[in-house]
Amino acid sequence: MSDAHAPIETAVEEPDYFEVLVESLRELLVGKGLIGSGEVRAMVETLDAHDPTIGAALVARAWVDGDFRARLLDDATAVVEQSGIDNYDHTRFVVLEQTPDTHNLVVCTLCSCYPRALLGLPPDWYKSRPYRSRAVREPRAVLAEFGTGVPDDVRIRVHDSNANMRYLVMPMRPVGTDGWTQEQLAALVTRDSMIGVSLARTP
Amino acid sequence: MTPAFVPGQRVRIADRDAPGHVRTPVYVRGRIGVIERVLPRFLDPEREAYGVNAGTEVRLYRVRIPQVALWPDYRGSADDVLELEIYEHWLEQAEEDAR
Repeated sequence: MSDAHAPIETAVEEPDYFEVLVESLRELLVGKGLIGSGEVRAMVETLDAHDPTIGAALVARAWVDGDFRARLLDDATAVVEQSGIDNYDHTRFVVLEQTPDTHNLVVCTLCSCYPRALLGLPPDWYKSRPYRSRAVREPRAVLAEFGTGVPDDVRIRVHDSNANMRYLVMPMRPVGTDGWTQEQLAALVTRDSMIGVSLARTP
Repeated sequence: MTPAFVPGQRVRIADRDAPGHVRTPVYVRGRIGVIERVLPRFLDPEREAYGVNAGTEVRLYRVRIPQVALWPDYRGSADDVLELEIYEHWLEQAEEDAR
């Protein structure tokens, strides 16, 4: 048995090409006074402050409030900004509603575009080449690998988030949640269900 | 500025090589789709990437393409679609009889 109290990191790895690139760029920008190191730290804090609970709260409110739901589907950007969410990079959002007839799935084939103000940073698989290429090419196979079987008579809408809009999927409200509070419902809304690779949790 | 295309209109995505920061994926170039919705105007990323960030706003659209038109061996419903954002200068009106 190895020492249970040994540090997890046993070897210092060499930084890869992109880590060197990022570090060099940051040092140059700070060194030339174009940005301050405090700004870098503040941006990291902003990124860390956003996570899927923000999107889940929007979805849960839409499940209990029909007017809110209608406004969210009509102009998600306005709703986000009125909701006091820090839309720190002035992103424009589109909310896509899962229905019994339509299943929405979001991917960015060109890079890793993602509604970060609502979901935080994207998971590694979302940025991976296999997901980015296969989600547009064979969405039903990809969904099946996530454990999400979509019946043949349900239309799949794949959304390639390739330019300026950022997409949030509104999953269907699970049955058996009548009378639940917004907070209880929000706990059923997972990150993956807001990307469209899975459904909301069931009670 | 008035959008050149309206929802429901059939459009063809240009099939051309373009170097630089282009947001039109190769897999949809030359394909025919339908305008799903009209979006606002945004800075043209092809010029913004080179520092030209003033006065280059272009209209953006969401275009819907049948999956079976993109992938000949597509496995899934004939109703399945792919939707993505295309700038106006990549779109032209599609001839009505084009399939």
